[in-house]
Amino acid sequence: MSNSTKNALASRRFIIMGIFVFIGLVYAIRLLYLQVIDDTYAELADRNALRYVTQYPSRGLIYDRKGKLLVYNEVVYDLMVIPRQVKNIDTNMFCSLVKITKEDFNKKMDKAKKYSMYAPSFFEKQISKEDFASLQEKIYMFQGFYAQKRTIRSYPDSIAAAVLGYIGEVNEARIEKEPYYKRGDYIGMSGLEKSYEKELRGVKGSKITLVDVHNREKGSFQNGKYDQAAITGKNLYSTIDADLQKYAEKLMKNKRGSIVAIEPSTGEVLCFVSAPSYEPNLLAGRERGNNYKKLLDDISKPLFNRALMAEYPPGSIFKIAQALVALDMGVISANTGFPCDKGLVGCHNHPSASTVRDAIKMSCNPYFYRVFQREVQQVNPRTGKIDSKFGLALWTAAMKRMGFGVITDIDLPNVRKGSIPDTNFYNKWYPSGWNFHTIYSNSIGQGEVGVVPIQMANFAALVANRGWYITPHLVKAYGDDNHKKIYSKYLQKHYSLIASSWWNIAVEGMWAVVHEGGGTGRRADVPGLEVCGKTGTAQNIGADHSVFISFAPKVNPQIAVSVYVENARGGGGTWAAPIAGLIIEKYIKGKVEREDVEKMYMEAMPCQPLPLVRVQQPKKSNNKQQNTTNSQATENKQNNTSTTGNTNSTNSD
Amino acid sequence: MERSGKKILANVEWKVVIAFLFLVFVGWLNIYAAVYDGEHSNIFDMSCRYGKQMMWIGAALVIALFVMVTDPKFFSQTSYIVYLICIAMLFVVLIMGSVTKGAKSWLGIGEFGIQPSEFAKLGTALALSKLLSAINVDMKELKTKLTAIGIVLLPMALVLLQNDTGSALVYCSFVFVLFREGLSSYVLIFGVSAIILFVLALIINPYLLIGILSGATLILYFILHRRNRSVKFIYFLGIIAFCSIVILGVDFAYNDVLGSHQRERIEVLLGQKQDFKGAGYNVNQSKIAIGSGGFFGKGFLEGTQTKFNFVPEQDTDFIFCTVGEEWGFVGSIILVFVYVWLCVKLIKMAERQRSNFARLYGYSIAGIIFFHFFVNIGMTIGLLPVIGIPLPFLSYGGSSLWAFTLMLFIFIRQDAARGELI
Repeated sequence: MSNSTKNALASRRFIIMGIFVFIGLVYAIRLLYLQVIDDTYAELADRNALRYVTQYPSRGLIYDRKGKLLVYNEVVYDLMVIPRQVKNIDTNMFCSLVKITKEDFNKKMDKAKKYSMYAPSFFEKQISKEDFASLQEKIYMFQGFYAQKRTIRSYPDSIAAAVLGYIGEVNEARIEKEPYYKRGDYIGMSGLEKSYEKELRGVKGSKITLVDVHNREKGSFQNGKYDQAAITGKNLYSTIDADLQKYAEKLMKNKRGSIVAIEPSTGEVLCFVSAPSYEPNLLAGRERGNNYKKLLDDISKPLFNRALMAEYPPGSIFKIAQALVALDMGVISANTGFPCDKGLVGCHNHPSASTVRDAIKMSCNPYFYRVFQREVQQVNPRTGKIDSKFGLALWTAAMKRMGFGVITDIDLPNVRKGSIPDTNFYNKWYPSGWNFHTIYSNSIGQGEVGVVPIQMANFAALVANRGWYITPHLVKAYGDDNHKKIYSKYLQKHYSLIASSWWNIAVEGMWAVVHEGGGTGRRADVPGLEVCGKTGTAQNIGADHSVFISFAPKVNPQIAVSVYVENARGGGGTWAAPIAGLIIEKYIKGKVEREDVEKMYMEAMPCQPLPLVRVQQPKKSNNKQQNTTNSQATENKQNNTSTTGNTNSTNSD
Repeated sequence: MERSGKKILANVEWKVVIAFLFLVFVGWLNIYAAVYDGEHSNIFDMSCRYGKQMMWIGAALVIALFVMVTDPKFFSQTSYIVYLICIAMLFVVLIMGSVTKGAKSWLGIGEFGIQPSEFAKLGTALALSKLLSAINVDMKELKTKLTAIGIVLLPMALVLLQNDTGSALVYCSFVFVLFREGLSSYVLIFGVSAIILFVLALIINPYLLIGILSGATLILYFILHRRNRSVKFIYFLGIIAFCSIVILGVDFAYNDVLGSHQRERIEVLLGQKQDFKGAGYNVNQSKIAIGSGGFFGKGFLEGTQTKFNFVPEQDTDFIFCTVGEEWGFVGSIILVFVYVWLCVKLIKMAERQRSNFARLYGYSIAGIIFFHFFVNIGMTIGLLPVIGIPLPFLSYGGSSLWAFTLMLFIFIRQDAARGELI
């Protein structure tokens, strides 16, 4: 080998070293890219190893107006299983403790295994504290099983289901709209649970745990530095008086209808009953799904909130509003009298009323026929001619100012607005023209007028306050003890813009209804209390509805009540008035002394047996004498079974 | 003896020894981190891999010491014997070895097992050096070439039969020493272009590729032919033929020779297949672990991907992930630097040997170490397909560590004696 070749070969070492260095540089650049420039890998690593565990806040509690608990959270236990860790357990013993059969056990186990061998999954949900007690002592014997605490809603007095509502698992549509919710979260589905969902739910927290490749937990991430504690939901301080509520529910036992009582000075709802009701605990806990189905299928529609969703013909209680509007319009005076001309509209036998007060007391139908006629048939100052459209427009506006035909902005979901017909409505309804004679049924609260019980109660409060109301609401405050809040809309007075002097005439009339001979609501009288009220008997295809609105005492009223008993065999004076009287007595006096009366109405079953009434669709006919809207529950597509009006009304009270 | 002992110490390339100790230490630290679970933290816990590795390291140091006090001539004299023992062991493994992860490469001796394939590299390096360092041997002779290639191919074939593709590929690293000793540079050029063609053939339709390359070659011929009439067309036909054979050969080898798992690994690497759960899982997780390390890393024992076993084989073939995640870009780059430095240093040391044997041997082990580094780290950072070979001195495993220690210290010993008369 010559020296030159030797040197040439020796210089090849530079090529080899060059290759070494070149590869080293390539790798350095690649590492720079992977580790420094491209930061997606850090995120991917987190996704690999960090698991965000949601910390569920406990839902806010709900108290009554006196601080009594209406809703609290009860501890239940979910039994969890990690299939891979299950070893050598005594299946028989386990099954007897959990109260399941061996087949159930195998089925649940297979399901869990299918989900994951390493990650925990639900074995048995919501085991009550009582059932869990026996299991707890022995759970150490069953490797791979552990219990996880959670809470469900519980109702100690089993009252006010229609107010409180219930919670249920959130649906997909909601999750899509509000990403706060995740599958399996609970959300208020109705009642206060729904309308105060944001306050009650609190704020979810999160805990970051490390997991390994098999999804096993490996402790907290950076000692919990990035964990966020859940914030407990705010408590609700309800306006409901639990004692009164319980009493009212007892009174409405075996009846259909509603009772709503309001404190007039504040608009606070004292009791709120929709009958028939249901046991609220049925819709919490393990059997929720089944119970819900049962309630949904129940022919008496216990889930249907009559106080908010049932539109009824108000019947004669509407005469108060008619009188007030007419007085304010100046179309009648306090001493206007009309003969009881049964040729116009049917009436019961009573002397003709010569004042508004007497007309209210005796609930004279022809009198209010005339009143409504004067309200509608007014001279339009622009044309100088009598113009029913002009009159009706004024009337509609006045009625709406009193809360009729508009949605009551109560803090409960799914409120219906009722109906107060306006000129547009009749123009559409009667394309060939209309006049007073086609719409006179409204005069006595039949016809096209539809009212929801909450509006009746609010109207009672409006009269009690002589001209203003605060929107009825069920929550006085929310928050913790030191920082209670309320929506400002529940502090604001709404004025009906009817001169104050006219209210006293209405109040006097309502006082006479209860206290004077010939008054239709004598049974509402509570000894020692100045109860004012007005009866109503809404004509119906089935038996009449019995209606009563009232407030007491006459001066500085403390309570305004509306009672509606569907299909009672008897008028407003027979059923609704005495029930209202009992409610007033219970609230103001704290207890009812007239035990015989109380017993009589609690046990009475005035309603017709179910099924009640077929829902009749409004027909367009010339002798247009029918229709109130049949109420439809927005939720659950229930049809209200009970409220089809018929203005072929010959009854007043 | 005392005199020569002093002389040995004086001539030892201490930088290389320090690099060795550094790599072994880093290896142990990262094996500890990869296995660490917070429960067993005693570093001598023999039930854990870091405890065992500690033992392997101790033994490796004893081996190193042993090599250092041995006469350097002993290794060149026993080269063929060592080689033959290695070949014999490879045969034994084929017959009665145990299968681990699809490769039949373990020879069980009581509780412990050794991997003869790890030692066979050493044997081959010794034998090849011995062969080519003989005074009357000329690389230009066909007989020499064939013998040399035979020495390399025999263990390579045996390892391939064990189904251990990675370890078999390592024998390609002898191309460096052969190149240094006079192997035509065309072999190297052919090799590189064959690899490029291989990759292209997998990405582009083979016939289209042949068409494109033929066209390009013909255009090149006409351009060159205009300038210089003496350019012969036949050479360009040869290029086209070569390309076609390689491409079609790749097509054939790829579809009919390679196993489906190897095909998948290559497809994943070339981005033709996104499969993060199957074949792509290792690479993807490995890239996540390394990439998430950032500039300074997550810190010792803080690597989530490492600790929670997201990366498979993270204490053996994927040990670099742990380095990348916990020590970041800084740690990774230091490691890459140390490897490259070590390999370059070994080449430089080889060149200063007076003994041909020592030079050849130095080139051999520089090639082997470099090849391991190249393939292993290339795999973890997603530049090369998943080929399971350990990272020298770092990966967990006694056989690998001992084999590399032996390899390195035999050379250090030779180097220390470079001043002595042969």
